[in-house]
Amino acid sequence: MTDYALTHYEVLFADYASQPVFGFCQQDKSQRLRAILEELHRYHLSHCPAYHALFANMPVSFDDEDQLPFLAVRLFKLMDLLSVPKDAVFRELRSSGTTGQTPARISLDRQTSARQSRALVSIMQSFIGKQRLPMLIIDSPDVLKKPHLSARGAGIQGMAFFGREHTYALNSDMSLNVDAVRDFANKNRGKPVLLFGFTFMVWLNFVKALEHTGDSLDFSQGVLIHSGGWKKLSDQQVNNDTFKKRLTSVTGITRIHNFYGMAEQVGSVFVECEHGHLHAPSLADVIVRCPYSLVPLPFGKTGLIQVISAIPTSYPGFSILTEDMGTLLGEDDCACGRKGRYFSIAGRLPKTEMRGCSDTAGQS
Amino acid sequence: MDNQQKLVQSFVQALGVEEGQVTDQLTYNTIKEWDSTAHMILISEIENTFDVMLDTDDIIDMSTVAKAKEILANYDISF
Repeated sequence: MTDYALTHYEVLFADYASQPVFGFCQQDKSQRLRAILEELHRYHLSHCPAYHALFANMPVSFDDEDQLPFLAVRLFKLMDLLSVPKDAVFRELRSSGTTGQTPARISLDRQTSARQSRALVSIMQSFIGKQRLPMLIIDSPDVLKKPHLSARGAGIQGMAFFGREHTYALNSDMSLNVDAVRDFANKNRGKPVLLFGFTFMVWLNFVKALEHTGDSLDFSQGVLIHSGGWKKLSDQQVNNDTFKKRLTSVTGITRIHNFYGMAEQVGSVFVECEHGHLHAPSLADVIVRCPYSLVPLPFGKTGLIQVISAIPTSYPGFSILTEDMGTLLGEDDCACGRKGRYFSIAGRLPKTEMRGCSDTAGQS
Repeated sequence: MDNQQKLVQSFVQALGVEEGQVTDQLTYNTIKEWDSTAHMILISEIENTFDVMLDTDDIIDMSTVAKAKEILANYDISF
């Protein structure tokens, strides 16, 4: 692409992305990120008519990243948001919309997709290392067979890059494939392995299934990465501590990392560190806003999460107001040594219009 | 078979493309045969053929046939 806006963006991005992914203190990070985000804002203003219609009156430069415009995440369900010609789109990602809901559609071009993969690798290397480990995927192999790639399938494909000798732990009916899991465990006894799955399936189809059969496995040298939200688990009164304890007791695994991320911003993931905090990597950031006034909230206050990502150019999704509630916990001073902001997720806003927010506030 | 032929055969096997398509310029995600699923198959084909263990940086960087040669050169495989 020859647009000035994107060329300059690419230069800034490439330089910034080559730096250590958790190495910038928040002040430096905000400055570097803001320059890139301004380029993105200008680029999408001139390349996405819908974005232009929404934000043409906004300034084109900002003093702080919290002044950037943001799109409500549900707009991706309602509109086709595109900032490149249709023929540049090589993949359309669909979020796993629940029944009756239109799924969000995210249009990716090759450049955006390549940036996503690279970002995911540089972030995950901080937790898994560079070596690709024998990998147990806690899902059914059928998840990749659908005509349109679901967010779940895309997540598995993205994570598959970190593994080798991929083994699927579940059958088509989501029951535990006991033989496959046992074979995998025996073959890799005492060796580093990688396990990946979506939180609820790890719990229901793996932990609970192993508890039920009475099997116990030796993955003491393993690392488990999981994602996908806690809603169904909190309905069952299962929190992160319980999840980890029970997982450790059936598998021996102690390195367990949850991550928070959205289909609308693939590649920008916020991974839970050794101290239980979700960390914003260099190319992404998080802002917590009051659900009524949308003003940014200080550390310790729970509100709506806005996610920022320097990655997307094919669609205007670099700044998104989510429907998730969370709390900023601090910046630059987590005991794990990673710089930048860290936070926790408190759950999802109930499926209501924004005006229903008073219902949630009463509970928190 | 020399290394060049071995590499071409790895691409042919993993992606299901014709030998003639495997030029240095052939690029990831530009043909439907070389998508992210095929990429993982390609990686394991290359690892088996050349008896190497590629890390995550390698497989992200391996976006063209020419790049594959550069990366394999780091493992003392010359073309």
